[in-house]
Amino acid sequence: MREGSDRGIRIAVGAATLAALAALWTAATTLEQWIAPVYFPTPQEVGNALRQIVLQGYADGRLHEHFLQSCKLVLYGFAAAVSVGVPLGMLMGWSRRAEALVNPAFLLLRPIPPLAWIPLAIVWLGLGDAAKVLVIWFAAFVPAVINSYAGVRSIEPYLIEAARSLGATRGMMVREVLIPGALPLVFTGLRLSLQACWTTLIAGELIGAITGLGHLLYQAGLDLYPAMIVVGMVAVALAGGLMTALLAWAEKRSMPWRTS
Amino acid sequence: MTQAVLSRREFFRLTAAGFLGFFGVWAVLAASGLVQTLFLPSPLEVAGKFFELTQKPFVGYTLQQHLLSSFGRFAMGFGLAVVIGIPLGLLMGWFRWLDRIVTPLFDALRFVAPIAWVPFAALWFGTGIGGPVLIIFSGAFPPCVINAYRGARYVEVRYIEAAQTLGAGHWRIITEVLLPGSIPSIVAGLRVSAGLGWQSLIGAELIVASSGIGYLMVKGQSNLSTSTVMSGMIAIGIVGFAIDLLLRALEARIERRGG
Repeated sequence: MREGSDRGIRIAVGAATLAALAALWTAATTLEQWIAPVYFPTPQEVGNALRQIVLQGYADGRLHEHFLQSCKLVLYGFAAAVSVGVPLGMLMGWSRRAEALVNPAFLLLRPIPPLAWIPLAIVWLGLGDAAKVLVIWFAAFVPAVINSYAGVRSIEPYLIEAARSLGATRGMMVREVLIPGALPLVFTGLRLSLQACWTTLIAGELIGAITGLGHLLYQAGLDLYPAMIVVGMVAVALAGGLMTALLAWAEKRSMPWRTS
Repeated sequence: MTQAVLSRREFFRLTAAGFLGFFGVWAVLAASGLVQTLFLPSPLEVAGKFFELTQKPFVGYTLQQHLLSSFGRFAMGFGLAVVIGIPLGLLMGWFRWLDRIVTPLFDALRFVAPIAWVPFAALWFGTGIGGPVLIIFSGAFPPCVINAYRGARYVEVRYIEAAQTLGAGHWRIITEVLLPGSIPSIVAGLRVSAGLGWQSLIGAELIVASSGIGYLMVKGQSNLSTSTVMSGMIAIGIVGFAIDLLLRALEARIERRGG
């Protein structure tokens, strides 16, 4: 049988793999030099680059400044998209009139990937924070709307009818039936859009920024500094992973009735 | 269902109103002078520009030629992701040791946004084709692996056992039981993968390329030609939509056949 993977073995093999990879990395770059240092850094170089950016700073800022700047922009854009997108999506799920009216604009805008908004955002708002928040907003808005819409539609009709026959007012209906019923799918949408937000932000910062992880990557690429590129990529992965974990925590907290 | 279904007539009326409203607001904003024409050209101007770009070369090529070179890169990156990702996913679904080795690496790499490969792509490949292909690949690869893997894991055990009883080896089980069993999941993955790949391509071209639709938009942006940028967005939207439509048709066909 293929089932029944016990956690212990899994973790052990995983750790062994990562250790083997680290050893291979050291061997390939330091001992044997299969890979020229111009193309990929040695572990030691990455350590030095990390020390440099944490203590002295690189690309106009220290690591935590770049990190916080990027997280801040993602949070702004994400929060703005959620606070507009979720109510709009729920409204479209609830009212077929609203759906028919709003859908055409969606059909037109939806196939355009968020990254394609970057040049337009730069023409409109320049290279500052506002342009990036706008693009992140686009990245998160569409999934937020679509999943909130699908979330409301997924509510069993009998729940709505039961609430109605018990005399629920409009406000109660929204608070007690629609929001809790739609939440699982809403969170699925948020998780998808969070990834898109990071991709979009990094692209925006690579194109033009003063601080931020994308700017760090850009500068490292310009300086042909592979060790710093690795540091930048790891920081991007950590930031994305951290926010995803936060969102998962929020998901658990906001739906205490769901077990597992 | 939440509200009564609309009558056909009302649905069409509202949808038409929605379309008109979208272009109406845009046209009025552009015409009112509230927003400078430089920043927001009218819909007609954009349509005119779009047409002009298909006729007259901009930064070296016409719109179709830019699209073609974008699509070539996309096909290479996406093709590579499919050719490597699907067999890998199936193998991971069958051999537990491989799953255990690859999954931690995969999880570690998954959070690196595809776009974050741009500096390495430039460092390793310069301005050659390899750079964009690497970025598209890193966007399109994960859904291929994950869906092939999941598909293989959810194949019913009795089919596998039946095949084993009949003396099928690893190779035949993977190609004749797991692969057909996971086709629906794989095709669903292809749609996600193509969408992400197409999106990564645009990002790659915005940053490292000297042709292609993303490059056209960057040049339009630096010339402050909003209508060129918007034409690029429209072209990207149309091609992305067409790719999705194609894969959706494939999905529907397979569902009909496989049931």
